[in-house]
Amino acid sequence: MMRRLHIGFFDDEQRLLSAARECRDRGIPVLDAISPFPVHGIDEALGIEPSRLPWVTLAGGAVGATLGLLLQYWTAGVNWPLNIGGKPLDSFPAFVPVAFELTILFAGLATAGALLLRSGIWPGKRHKPGFEATTDGSHALILEERDASFEPGAYRELLLRHGAERSEEREEVIS
Amino acid sequence: MHTDALQATPLITGGKRATDVTRDVCGPLEGRPSKLWYLGMAAALSAFGLGALAVGYQVANGIGTWGLNRTVGWGFDITNFVFWVGIGHAGTLISAVLLLFRQKWRTSINRSAEAMTIFAVICAGIYPVIHMGRPWLAYWVFPYPNARGPLWVNFRSALLWDVFAIGTYFTISLVFWYIGLIPDLATVRDRATGLRKKIFNVLSFGWVGSARTWSRYETCCVLLAALATPLVVSVHSVVSTDFATSVIPGWHATLFPPYFVIGAVFSGFAMVLTLMIIARKVMHFENYITMKHIHAMCKVLVFTGSIVAAAYLTEIFTAWYSGSSYEQFVFLNRAGGPFAWAFWIMVSCNVITPQLLWIKRVRNSVLAIFILSLLVNVGMWFERFVIIVTSLHRDFLPSSWSGYIPTKIEFGSLIFGFGLFFTLFLLFCRFLPMIAMFEVKAVLERPEPKELPQSPSENEEVAA
Repeated sequence: MMRRLHIGFFDDEQRLLSAARECRDRGIPVLDAISPFPVHGIDEALGIEPSRLPWVTLAGGAVGATLGLLLQYWTAGVNWPLNIGGKPLDSFPAFVPVAFELTILFAGLATAGALLLRSGIWPGKRHKPGFEATTDGSHALILEERDASFEPGAYRELLLRHGAERSEEREEVIS
Repeated sequence: MHTDALQATPLITGGKRATDVTRDVCGPLEGRPSKLWYLGMAAALSAFGLGALAVGYQVANGIGTWGLNRTVGWGFDITNFVFWVGIGHAGTLISAVLLLFRQKWRTSINRSAEAMTIFAVICAGIYPVIHMGRPWLAYWVFPYPNARGPLWVNFRSALLWDVFAIGTYFTISLVFWYIGLIPDLATVRDRATGLRKKIFNVLSFGWVGSARTWSRYETCCVLLAALATPLVVSVHSVVSTDFATSVIPGWHATLFPPYFVIGAVFSGFAMVLTLMIIARKVMHFENYITMKHIHAMCKVLVFTGSIVAAAYLTEIFTAWYSGSSYEQFVFLNRAGGPFAWAFWIMVSCNVITPQLLWIKRVRNSVLAIFILSLLVNVGMWFERFVIIVTSLHRDFLPSSWSGYIPTKIEFGSLIFGFGLFFTLFLLFCRFLPMIAMFEVKAVLERPEPKELPQSPSENEEVAA
């Protein structure tokens, strides 16, 4: 199946935002917006839900804290109980630093890992060609032509009216 | 240029646009390195090589090649360790704490400050390992099922807490730094050709910069910053417990954790200033690392320096007020004993000279700030030296009193750290974008849009 995309390239993020808002208000499907830096307000304009990453962090931290405490209690108190300077086997205050560090370690690695997984980025992944300008200074708004309710010229007109420097059409194979 | 009353001078000067930022930051990576870079690299590699010889000799022959003795069991090695861990703290403070406080000026310096953190922690990690005497058994510090019982590590020891604190700190800093690099690596990739493009394609994880990814990405950065903030406080606190949980007068103080953390921030900011003043000159980043950035760092320096001074006074007061003759002796001995010279270097460089930054003329002279920042580095190295050596060399038992004369092998190991640090830093400047381009682009002052974008309601009939 093919889909037809209309892409507008903007030099200024305010223009990108105003174009995206009009698309939202008129129900024109926006496939994506690509920017060289995070643009504030684009989430709302594209209807992107806040990320659920904090839950991953919480879960990672909980696992780290639990493992950290279990590791210390089990090794120091159960598997090979050692009397060190007469300190009790249950040396909770002494176990706090390591448990804390492991909480942070697990929470951080889980968060970073979840970011890569959810965003579908990994070392060596091939990047989408044709968007070289968007890592420099240009913002791209990608509109999808989904039905015949708009004539193709209308997309281009909308993009240019909001100040797009150029607009182009692409056909993309989707499986 | 658009300015408002709250922000009289822009963060980035020279009227830069986003594309200018890309060109200015990526340009130096694409051309040939300058003569100055080769010169710096030659100096750093020589120090590294010389230091490696000393460290190699010590590893081959044992720590008897150092000047440590029965009484002074820690000397240059642990001084260097604490010094380098401390240097790292400013990087995390700039990238994490200032991110949480939404301090936009951090954007020009956070990348290199965090690289500094990572390299400093690498340097720090080397010293305890070579101090083990048998560094090939360094993996014994990890709790893994072993054939010795299994005899586990002692989780009640502050030295083991260090392993976890430094290990976590290094890992999280590296992850945070690399995640911050990904969008900029994509920028470099999109400009590169040939082999460089292939390499940066792998490194940039296929980054495109879609709005959905950015949203998740920003959340991730805030979360990592929120994790790194308590982490950075915990790291030097844990390092300070190496001393504070012992019973040595001069070490056994509850003041130690905050005292070490603030000292770390102080020394770290001094190192950031040193590096940034060199970098802006050599890489021509005067429009990115402006006097505004330097002034902001000076303020942090004078603030943390004053807290360090207050901590010194508190220590002395506590020693007097405790009524313990051992405690009192330690401080009298520091100021007037055989290592008084080290104590007074520490006081001059950490307490007196940073206060010159109150004077506007000093703050406006880059050279003066550069010299002051170097002095703080010297002072903070001596602070650790004073804490470690002067507390140890006068034991409870006068018959075991001794001195400490570092050998040339120890001086070699000191040089090793600096050589390694500057080698890594120069390689970083050469091969990776040292200014966080995407963050700087987001805080650029933009010229007013030529025409206001029309609101959708007015154009209904035009488009329909």
